[in-house]
Amino acid sequence: MAAAVKVYGPPLSTAVSRVLACLLEKDVPFQLLPVNMARGEHKKPDYLKIQPFGQVPTFQDESVTLFESRAISRYICDKYANQGNKGLFGTNPLEKASIDQWLEAEGQSFNPPSSVLVFQLAFAPRMKLKQDENLIKQNEAKLAKVLDVYEKRLGESRYLAGDEFTLADLSHLPNGQYLVNATDRGELFLSRKNVERWWGEIASRESWKKSVLLAEMLNVCVSIEMLCLSGRFKGAFFCYSRLLHLMIFFSRVSTVLL
Amino acid sequence: MVVKVYGPAYASPKRVITCFIEKEIEYEVVDVNVFKEENTTPQFLQLQPFGVLPVIQDGDYTLYESRAITRYYAEKYKSQGTELLGRTMEERGLVEQWLEVEAHNFQPPLYDLVIHVLFDGKRGVTPDQKRIKEDEEKLARVLDVYDQRLSTSKYLAGDSFSLADLSHLPFGHYLVTSLGKEYMIRDRKHVNRWWDDISNRPSWKKVIQLHPPVV
Repeated sequence: MAAAVKVYGPPLSTAVSRVLACLLEKDVPFQLLPVNMARGEHKKPDYLKIQPFGQVPTFQDESVTLFESRAISRYICDKYANQGNKGLFGTNPLEKASIDQWLEAEGQSFNPPSSVLVFQLAFAPRMKLKQDENLIKQNEAKLAKVLDVYEKRLGESRYLAGDEFTLADLSHLPNGQYLVNATDRGELFLSRKNVERWWGEIASRESWKKSVLLAEMLNVCVSIEMLCLSGRFKGAFFCYSRLLHLMIFFSRVSTVLL
Repeated sequence: MVVKVYGPAYASPKRVITCFIEKEIEYEVVDVNVFKEENTTPQFLQLQPFGVLPVIQDGDYTLYESRAITRYYAEKYKSQGTELLGRTMEERGLVEQWLEVEAHNFQPPLYDLVIHVLFDGKRGVTPDQKRIKEDEEKLARVLDVYDQRLSTSKYLAGDSFSLADLSHLPFGHYLVTSLGKEYMIRDRKHVNRWWDDISNRPSWKKVIQLHPPVV
């Protein structure tokens, strides 16, 4: 039976993976429906009907359609409060406010400079776009200041909002993942003792590991499709065997319909 | 004990104050002068480690980020004043969606304009016309989507005024006054109708009267 929850967008997108991680933390089955941004599908009239800004992801749950990953995550935590990680958005109003404060800090202070760095350092080279050295330098300096604040906070507290992993920490995973694993600026995190400790803990959560695997699996599927279409079947076969290996790691594949 | 709001002369704290007035919550203000760098003192950084405004103190409890503060109080005082968070889970979802749109689509280009034209301007920095043009173009595209939305919906999240609409007031005010870009609102029929409605609410008029903007 098809899952009621649908997420539209490529899992490579940081905003999409934010929502996937939240759904996985809350044990909510979902369907992931790809949107091919390289082909401009996100700017076509059909997609603009559900997301008028032409951005990803969009989320559907029965009669509800929503966009903006942090709004979607808040909605998931509200509707599915009693399943999965029940403390993800706190269990009382004061806890929730503290989590919300750090979720806002992520959105307002961490996200802008880290998004620029992720785009310039991880995506621009892949898209064969010229990097803007000035922009990289400016945003590195901004992010360093923000991470200094985090370093102090994480010396006093295990996670950002307190002793437990919450939506506030989760929201940092997508940009953090690219910075640490796909650019040479990982030392922004890893040179700060408390931030490094925190990053190690949040990045090793089951839900995040699954989200990363899902993105990798879909990437491999796209490669298989492209290789087959261009007649490179030997390459496609090697990709296929990689896909099988990835699927073995992804133990709850039955909850995800592609 | 009455909740204290820091920095009423600036825009983001006004989100909080407008919310308090709508929810009939008593409050006090504590002035912070950003031009004199009072937001970078060690005492202030103890309250708000990023050195930005607002921060609130409610007895021993401290909270920052204006949208986190407004959500907390709108929920806590749900049964009094204006309903700002929708009446159902679905309505709440739409309020959250448009609050995020305000934060990530409306705010960034407008904030850059305010900082560069008004604050840097006051500090004697020469305006960069290319930067101003780019910000205006980004904002124009966002307002086009708003105009489409508001042609079929009275307010952003639906039929009722919500936190999502409220959140646009402080920086929107700069756009139509000291930035001199009122035409961006007036040229869009439905955005114009919506802006007139929300900016004429008694709560907003009171905020401007009691805490006039600093630039």
